[in-house]
Amino acid sequence: MSDTQEVLRLEGLRKVYNPGTPQELEVLHGLDMRLARGELTALIGPSGSGKSTLLNVIGLLDSPSAGELYLLGQPTRTLDDEARTRLRNEAIGFVFQFHHLISAFSVLDNVLMPLMIRHGKPEPADVQLAEQLLAQVGLEGFAGKRAGQLSGGQQQRVAIARALVTRPALLLADEPTGNLDTRTAEQVFELFREINREFGCAVLVVTHDPRLSASCRRSIELVDGRIVRDTGVA
Amino acid sequence: MRWLDALWLEWKIALAFLFDNKLQTLLIMVGIAVGSAVIVFITALITGLQANVIERTLGTQAHLKVQMPDDANRVLPAPDGAVALVLESPRAQRLRSLSNWQALRDLLDGQPQVLAVSPLATGPAIARRGLARASVALMGIDPDRYQRIVPVARDLVAGRFSIEGDQVAIGSELAKDLGLSVGDKLRLDGGQGRELIMRVAGIFELGVRELDSRYVYLDLRQAQILLDLPGGVTQIDLTVEEIFAAEEIAERLARLTGMQAESWMATNGQLLNALSSQTMTTQMIRIFVGLSVAFGIASVLAVSVVQRTREIGILRAMGSPRRQVMRVFLLQGGLLGLAGSALGGLVGWALVMVFNLMGPGLFFVQVPTGLVLSAMGVATLTGVLAAVAPARRAARYDPAVAIRYV
Ligand SMILES: Nc1ncnc2c1ncn2[C@@H]1O[C@H](COP(=O)(O)OP(=O)(O)O)[C@@H](O)[C@H]1O
Ligand SMILES: [Mg+2]
Repeated sequence: MSDTQEVLRLEGLRKVYNPGTPQELEVLHGLDMRLARGELTALIGPSGSGKSTLLNVIGLLDSPSAGELYLLGQPTRTLDDEARTRLRNEAIGFVFQFHHLISAFSVLDNVLMPLMIRHGKPEPADVQLAEQLLAQVGLEGFAGKRAGQLSGGQQQRVAIARALVTRPALLLADEPTGNLDTRTAEQVFELFREINREFGCAVLVVTHDPRLSASCRRSIELVDGRIVRDTGVA
Repeated sequence: MRWLDALWLEWKIALAFLFDNKLQTLLIMVGIAVGSAVIVFITALITGLQANVIERTLGTQAHLKVQMPDDANRVLPAPDGAVALVLESPRAQRLRSLSNWQALRDLLDGQPQVLAVSPLATGPAIARRGLARASVALMGIDPDRYQRIVPVARDLVAGRFSIEGDQVAIGSELAKDLGLSVGDKLRLDGGQGRELIMRVAGIFELGVRELDSRYVYLDLRQAQILLDLPGGVTQIDLTVEEIFAAEEIAERLARLTGMQAESWMATNGQLLNALSSQTMTTQMIRIFVGLSVAFGIASVLAVSVVQRTREIGILRAMGSPRRQVMRVFLLQGGLLGLAGSALGGLVGWALVMVFNLMGPGLFFVQVPTGLVLSAMGVATLTGVLAAVAPARRAARYDPAVAIRYV
């Protein structure tokens, strides 16, 4: 696989919470890992093994304590908050377990939010893309509704549309089906596969469901902050 | 508009947050409105009251008068090494004519900031009609010049304001005391046998009892005869453009002319004192009301920042910079201040109108548009400043922590 296809590379990545205090806790112990464009990867592991921590660090929400994280070939450790924030907006899409929409806004505004953050008032092309994504996640005709009025599964699909509206190189999802029923979870996961095929972005999904992870081409297992298994290393 | 476009999302989020929390927004807006209504009402009332009092006071007196310096005893300085013990009795102040007053008048006419200049011969006399006597103040004037200082003709209740020859204008109280009406004769006695018989041409009522019972306006020449001041005047009255500059101008004119110049501010020291302590009181009220409004806004926004923790986390996760989050909350503070004070300005205006209709009705209070606009400006600024602390807190949230907040 050529370097231009590489979306993410971790080198000896460590994360220590509350360093220098009695509550000091090393959660990630020097991880090495690569993700390439077009890969759909499941991140599995027992609760407390550091999956969310890893996703936060990869998503530039949190910074590593040691090691380096390359995003699209760019080292990120020395970036300041402003640059990290911009890179987050440009390169990364997030989907969280509790969907995390802003209830004061309409479904359409929620989807457009990353673009509005980037350049203010949305262009007609932005709105068109957002509506197209809503249709793709099966929410045609919901654009004007307030986000709070939707069911859990519907909100999660809005969150996915929102994560995709910037056409990010890397889509991160932390237990996106965690509080959905099996059938809805199945649908949401199918959506990830579809998106992965269509957009060609790298997708990293944390899941507890073995059936869902089995359906991914690659899965990485994390136990106590160490990668213990990686099917199909890039 | 570029500026508005740049803040497009900030506006959108700020408004959405405010509308989303309708009750909270409404309550604090009512609080701000009450505060600004109080400020607008009290300011309009006190300003109106003070303007009215000053207008009444200055309506019947000159802003400034120029007189001869008081007579003083001349004391020889003691020779070196000796100590002089001086027992002094103050000199009696006789009426004295201003030296070279025509030249002085012309000099004052040409002074900047001076609107009107009126020389007059004034002094005490006794007015008699039959057996009735009253002590009066003779006001020998040049009517054209004097009317620009005190427009007596405006306050005439009978006859005409004409003082040519033997005609005089007297106050309504004096007319009552001596039983005089227009056309009646009265005898003016300046002392030492100087007497003139005059005819009442007009009766005025300036509204100040002291003046209405004592002032007798007459021709300058007649007053000069009665007061034994051939060709002289005792003082020159002035009005100036800016009434509160009167004291300054008085000092300047005193230096310029070597005469004694006294402003209305020195004469009405107590009134000015009362006015300025009133102004200080309103200022205090304004500051304290402003402070409580500011703290109200700050506390509501502080609560809102906590309530919105997760949403702030979401915005940050999607790439919203710290400064954008900060601006969202500053904008909310400003919007609350603006909307609340607009409402408060309206209520304050309504209160003043109610006061005009139902109050004592002594005078009509205006609400200057500038007052409402500046109250809104200050409230908006106060809102923004009050929002600084909450906004900084919001901007400092760690997105990874904030997003997990429930
Ligand atoms: N902000 C934090 N401060 C301190 N410790 C934390 C923090 N977040 C997570 N941890 C700890 O890090 C470990 C891994 O947590 P997490 O990444 O949430 O695991 P997972 O998502 O795999 O369940 C846990 O022991 C958790 O208590
Ligand atoms: Mg987790």
